[in-house]
Amino acid sequence: MYKNFLRYLISAIFLITFSISAKADFKVGFVYIGPTGDHGWTYQHDEGRKAVEAAGIKTTYVESVKYGADAERVIRQLAQSGHDLIFTTSFGYMDATNKVAKDFPNVKFEHATGYKREHSNVSTYSARFYQGRTILGHIAGKLTKTNTIGYIASFPIPEVIRGINAMTLAAQKVNPNIKTKIVWVFSWYDPGKEAEAAQALIDQGADIIMQHTDSTAPVQTAEKAGIWSFGQASDMQRFAPKSILTSIIDDWAPYYVERAIAARDGTWSQQDTWHGLKEGMVAMSPYNKGMGADLVKEAEQLQKDLASGKIHSFTGPIYDQKGNILVAEGKVADDGMLLGMNVYVKGVEGDIPK
Amino acid sequence: MSLDISFIGVLIGSIMASSVPLILAASGELITERSGVLNLGVEGMMIIGAISGFALMVITDNLFIAIIGSMLSGVIISLIFGFLTQSLLTNHVATGLALTIFGIGLSAMLGKNFVGIPGKDFPILFSSLRESIPFFGPILFGHSIVLYFAFALPFLTNYFLKKTKLGLVVRAVGDSPVSASNQGINVILVRYCCILYGGGMCGLAGAYLSLIYTPQWIENMTAGRGWIALALVVFATWSPIKVLIGAIIFGGISILQLHMQAVGFRIPVQFLIALPYLMTIIVLVVISRDSRKIKLNTPTSLGRIFYKEK
Repeated sequence: MYKNFLRYLISAIFLITFSISAKADFKVGFVYIGPTGDHGWTYQHDEGRKAVEAAGIKTTYVESVKYGADAERVIRQLAQSGHDLIFTTSFGYMDATNKVAKDFPNVKFEHATGYKREHSNVSTYSARFYQGRTILGHIAGKLTKTNTIGYIASFPIPEVIRGINAMTLAAQKVNPNIKTKIVWVFSWYDPGKEAEAAQALIDQGADIIMQHTDSTAPVQTAEKAGIWSFGQASDMQRFAPKSILTSIIDDWAPYYVERAIAARDGTWSQQDTWHGLKEGMVAMSPYNKGMGADLVKEAEQLQKDLASGKIHSFTGPIYDQKGNILVAEGKVADDGMLLGMNVYVKGVEGDIPK
Repeated sequence: MSLDISFIGVLIGSIMASSVPLILAASGELITERSGVLNLGVEGMMIIGAISGFALMVITDNLFIAIIGSMLSGVIISLIFGFLTQSLLTNHVATGLALTIFGIGLSAMLGKNFVGIPGKDFPILFSSLRESIPFFGPILFGHSIVLYFAFALPFLTNYFLKKTKLGLVVRAVGDSPVSASNQGINVILVRYCCILYGGGMCGLAGAYLSLIYTPQWIENMTAGRGWIALALVVFATWSPIKVLIGAIIFGGISILQLHMQAVGFRIPVQFLIALPYLMTIIVLVVISRDSRKIKLNTPTSLGRIFYKEK
């Protein structure tokens, strides 16, 4: 009896000291889908993490974490080892994040690009990349000679479909004959396969390539073939100096720093953030002068109007592939519709993989 | 789809280019396995070859040194495997898996400073002939020297195993190391050589990716091709020519399915993506039905530890 009591006492003391030392040592954990050296998606998240570190907050990260059981194990391990705030930076971590959040009510979770906030300690955040896609579509529509735009897509989730639609709508506006050809590679990151997909699209007549995958292989393939391309997630200009027209850049740093400080100071609360060009979470790398001075001006103006809200990427009338109206004339799509987008607009070829 | 004859030529050319790393790695592993050693470290050796080749290219600015260096790095890393399995008699499967994990980790560490550096254009041969001859031009010309070597390799390997005395020695060591040893063959030495050769070819396969196919270094850029090469060796029932056929089918269907998507075939994409794996297995199983021939080619002592009793 007495022995047991002593045992409890000792473990209680341990627990208290542990939690105190954990409090004193505020830590932020990051879970990445790819390697930090992908020069795309994960690279930009890691830049954000470095900004948090620069703000004087300790961080750790785990890279190349697969979806599913692996993700849950890594997130749980971060929560257990005294991390106070955990960023899970890919769509596929959605369920794992919520599952772990239930068991660790004192740990804060931030899940990127998802929509499930099942517990009060889970926030979601994403960037309005589709605004960038609108600019790409405008440029592509003006520059294509074959009227065919090649699009390398990763997984059929709303975020990717939204990008395809936003690009197609903008391209149609300046060039009604435009066709969007899509190749799904079912991977975020496989340079060889992405290069092959780009080559297949080029062989099928695409003279502009864009990607919603993370490696620089597609832009390099475009450079070799002597056609235009767009970079993804970070500035990929130096990989294809002649070919790249502009890159959509994700800038997570300000958001990460703000949320980490809020969590440290105890002012963190659940929220759903969806920032875009206006807040700077989405930015465009310098436009390639090769597209012509007029087009650069148009792109810059479009960027300004999208940021100010004067132009919305999804302004009606918008039709689906069968010709049914999705957004009525004069209306804009609301965020709910954008977040759940699962149909192609008119002008996109093929079916969405189910 | 523009199905004109010159387009098909271009298509076949890109299919050939995509199957090169598989041919190289699988041909190397085939020799290793024919000597009775199962090295599951193909992926690890490939990725080490990829980073070594790329790093040497950046440092020396010389593609020849880069290619040779990538092969040497594959040899060195496979030497670790050889020492562990042949001299310390560790389990082949466990050691090979460890080699893959080690290779991926080490390459990521070595590669930290080489991320984000654009690669160099690798010289291609007969590029003028490629443009001037329709259909055959893009198939036969305008490739890197490594591609021509890769396509000759299975035939050389076949000749080596079937027609040369050394090839006979390798097969004897793989089938019955005890009898070979009794005949006065130094089994351990032969196996060491086969392991190192396999490592060199895997290193070259990796360098093909980082120097020629997608000229850049990115972590984990082999993306599972080593495992496919390993599977090819088994499904091709240890025959070099069937390895070549399997690699071309795999590369071919991988590329064709992308074209089918771009054209807009109404077939579920998930099925198209599984197609290369399915077709390769089906074709190789069909062409290797002859069980007598399989027995002839299968190294009987594959993966078994051999030590000489004193």
